[in-house]
Amino acid sequence: MPEDFTRHERFGSNSGQPMTRRDGIAKVTGTATFAADNTRQGLVHAVYVPATIARGHVTALDTEAATHHPGVLGVMTPANRPDLPGDLDAKPTRFSMRIEVLQDDKVRYAGQPIALVMAETLEAATEGARLVRATYEAETPRTRLDDAETFEVETPDFGMPGETVHGDPEAGHAAAAFSIDATYTTAPQYHNAMESHAVVAEWEGDRLVLDTPSQALAMSCEAYAHLFGIPAENVTLRSPYLGGGFGSKAIPTGPLVLAVLAARDLGRPVKLALTRKQMFGPVGHRGQTRQRIRLGADAEGHLTVIDHEALAATSSFETFLESAANASQGLYAANALRSRHKGVRLDIGTPGPMRAPGEASGSAVLECAMDELAEIVDLDPLEFRLRNYAETEPGTGRPYSSKALRDCYDQGAAAFGWADRPRESGTMRDAEGHLVGWGMGTALFAAPMFAAEARATLHADGTATFETSAADMGQGAWTALAQIAADSLGLPMDRVEFRSGHSALPSGGVAGGSAHTATAGGALHAAGGDVLRQLGELAAQQPDSPLFGAGNAQFEARKGRLHIAGEIDRSDALSDILSRAGRVELVGSGNAARGQEVTEQYAMNSHGAVFAEVRIDPDLCQMRVTRLVGAFAAGRIINPRLAESQLLGGMIWGLSFALHEEARHDARTGRIVNADLAEYHVPVNADVQGLEVITVHEDDQHVNALGIKGVGEIAITGTVGAIGNAIRHATGKRIRHFPIRLQDLL
Amino acid sequence: MKNFEFLQPLSAADAVAAWTPDAAYLGGGTNLVDLMKTGAMGPDRVIDITRLPDLDRIETTEDGGLRIGALVRNSDLARDPDLLRAAPMVAEALLAGASGQLRNAATVGGNLMQHTRCPYFMDADAACNRRVPGSGCDARGGAWENSAILGQSAACIATNPSDFCVPLAALGALVDVEGPSGGRTVALEAFHKLPGDTPEAETALEPGELVVALRLPAEAASFAGHSRYLKVRERTSYAFALVSAAAALRMDGGRITEGRLALGSVAARPWRIAEADALLAGAMPDDALFARVAERLLEGAEPSNDTGWKIDLARRTVIRALQMAAAGTPDRLPPLPASPFGPSEVAVHA
Repeated sequence: MPEDFTRHERFGSNSGQPMTRRDGIAKVTGTATFAADNTRQGLVHAVYVPATIARGHVTALDTEAATHHPGVLGVMTPANRPDLPGDLDAKPTRFSMRIEVLQDDKVRYAGQPIALVMAETLEAATEGARLVRATYEAETPRTRLDDAETFEVETPDFGMPGETVHGDPEAGHAAAAFSIDATYTTAPQYHNAMESHAVVAEWEGDRLVLDTPSQALAMSCEAYAHLFGIPAENVTLRSPYLGGGFGSKAIPTGPLVLAVLAARDLGRPVKLALTRKQMFGPVGHRGQTRQRIRLGADAEGHLTVIDHEALAATSSFETFLESAANASQGLYAANALRSRHKGVRLDIGTPGPMRAPGEASGSAVLECAMDELAEIVDLDPLEFRLRNYAETEPGTGRPYSSKALRDCYDQGAAAFGWADRPRESGTMRDAEGHLVGWGMGTALFAAPMFAAEARATLHADGTATFETSAADMGQGAWTALAQIAADSLGLPMDRVEFRSGHSALPSGGVAGGSAHTATAGGALHAAGGDVLRQLGELAAQQPDSPLFGAGNAQFEARKGRLHIAGEIDRSDALSDILSRAGRVELVGSGNAARGQEVTEQYAMNSHGAVFAEVRIDPDLCQMRVTRLVGAFAAGRIINPRLAESQLLGGMIWGLSFALHEEARHDARTGRIVNADLAEYHVPVNADVQGLEVITVHEDDQHVNALGIKGVGEIAITGTVGAIGNAIRHATGKRIRHFPIRLQDLL
Repeated sequence: MKNFEFLQPLSAADAVAAWTPDAAYLGGGTNLVDLMKTGAMGPDRVIDITRLPDLDRIETTEDGGLRIGALVRNSDLARDPDLLRAAPMVAEALLAGASGQLRNAATVGGNLMQHTRCPYFMDADAACNRRVPGSGCDARGGAWENSAILGQSAACIATNPSDFCVPLAALGALVDVEGPSGGRTVALEAFHKLPGDTPEAETALEPGELVVALRLPAEAASFAGHSRYLKVRERTSYAFALVSAAAALRMDGGRITEGRLALGSVAARPWRIAEADALLAGAMPDDALFARVAERLLEGAEPSNDTGWKIDLARRTVIRALQMAAAGTPDRLPPLPASPFGPSEVAVHA
């Protein structure tokens, strides 16, 4: 049987295969080395002292007892902190934020580092940190949205505008036959990657070597270089494995920078790893929001307006905030769209990108609001969404690069059995008498690209080496990117060595925005293509080659042979071409980034539909999400096993958002009282049942050369609203805050 | 972590002799070590009792009861055939607590001795009368949502988080202790103390006393056919209870001859009221009766902080636990022990 090269999941012999993680055995047997697993001769341990107030000043630091504790080498404070050459207010990289590195005595949030203790052992450093006594002049902390004045937002994150308007919202409101005006709140959430932030830092003269988990190796090197006044090429950053990142590990954070500073000052390698409690503060979070959403629809249920205002928290010294209202752009075909953001400065660590930043919080509210209006219009929630299906991007009228959302609705609804859903709330019960509810939500996530570079080296024996500094946070970059790389030269996986996770390699860009496979994968594909192009040029000059004279042909590689594209019979072995040319290797390079033109021309998103079933004890009000079915269209799927795993994970994070995650501040001290994983809840296995992911076929000719969108974050969108809507359907109660708590239903 | 002396005595007598006011006995370490890491506790001397002989046994006593050594691990006890026969709701409570890993490490004695999960108790930087007498109570007016509704005082609003102790209290369990002045027995019901003005006195133990065994009287088995533990919480597993209830009934021809009830996570000890139990004796089981019992059990309940909802939830939990107990103990432990969700809810991943 001839190989079928047309089906999207088999563009090569590797891509499209559900290969298991290549690093899986290393991880489950404990041989994978995470940053804090590294040690050095003469290693110093550093532990920082967190502020116990959230706003004010440190008026005195008593380091006497700490300094004399056996094993303690020194205590770094604002008074004696060695010089940090970089301008702390500068933004050397796209995602740079101000950090707290003992630059002054001001306390901006609880948990901010106010001193660093360096010691011969972790135990001595920990006890030294405990022995440092701070005296504060404390002011009343602001930790709630109403604790401070709001301000107009120019750009909530990533340079997006604070306000976006399409059409005439006021006319849309006026034209509405049906409308809703609802206000929702979402709680502060913390990333809590399983692996805490950590660094082992060592200086060799003016060269810095770091073992630290990074979602953006090249960018991190630039940022460290800026801070320490050295060229970026003097920074070596190794990050072969990350125990999760969720957006929090793209840029240096204060505690890690202090450890690097300590290493420079002491002339010894220094290790610092955050405790779980310390993960609630200086390493980013998802800020709380309050969102007012007003929807209008005409008599037939066509949206006349989506008017979405988000008030979101940021810190007192930075600007990043949850761009929640932007989730209402680009999805439903309303005549008018308005997304507005306001900010409020609180005494909290700066929020940052976390698991669909903005999209998750905004989608939760938009999808609940859509159901609120569907009820008033008296339409099935799915029918209401289909009635407002956007064939082109609302507002801009741009075509979608591809959009198989209708298929997602169809396949998801069929798998879930949505057609049997009674319209009335509170009418379904299971055999044990539990309330049963069904809800749905649309999932949407942009398909951006960053910039990446890669190098491909074909060796004389027909094997190849591919290199790019990609980041595997658990999503499977070691595997999926290697599949793309091998396919670019038509080689089986075992003939390709894939090197990654090291800053000396060509930049793999940022593992964020659900864009890593598209971006780093695109660069690897291009690097392989560059090798093929060079091989073709060589072969065309080789009289002994079957490809002799094929000067201007397009080439492709399959099973270790170079073909003229479309000519299955005319080919030459890769290794033969090299050996005839007397070459031991051939190096190609590639890069990937999206062009301005296509970016402006098309709206590019991954799409999906999520269907949720909840069961709720009618008296005790304990809730369980018993089924989640998500159907997603995300372009070409490189590795179905890993993609499905990411989508399952995204839906679980959606469940977590809907029912569990919430950091609770003590309003008097500003401290978070549930800063551990016993009390900051995320779902456990027993909470996760009946998950099903459907990946819907989607060809995209525009999004990038490989047709890849992203699967990393989309599944959290849609899911939160679907669960909120299912709870409404089960109980008749519309809860307008997340997480939804048991006591809300009593 | 503060430096400490680490001793590993080989007899209970040596362990007790090694005790000083700044010492702590160490069993499985699942609570003490966490508190030492956060700085909430800082003993100068840690006395590892896991090498004491004969404390890891479960024995049937002459009168037909069970004697459970203080070092028996929670997971071993939960699967012990004698316990499952005599007191299945105790197994249900054990399996509803913590996680598999923690249950493998945690001991019977340690479970009895575990401290409140009040975040202000666990935060060395917060004022807590229980941890530092006279320092104040930051939990009051704070952000803890699971504080007491019964038996709290001006000084302390902590709850006891144990699942295990709730059915034990209902079943009249006894605690054997060894101390500097010899051995004695304390009723489990009196083991944990309400805070009053001295919340630092968490248990009835005298200085230096060590829990060596737990005894379940023979009569506990007479409730085995109609006893359930019910734990209400927001996460299906690995979460402390918002409210829990142990309900044990002795039934004769559809009539209740004796009933025992205990509530968990509502007070600094498992909450029992003899008058509430008395309402059950001789009555036919029905929802109106159960509502009256719940009302009596919760008499005097008051919210601390914003926990008014817990009173309502406790009432509902008592009624449901009684309904479940009246319906009869299932032949096998349910797949989700102590959960309001039964087996029909268990689905496999697609």
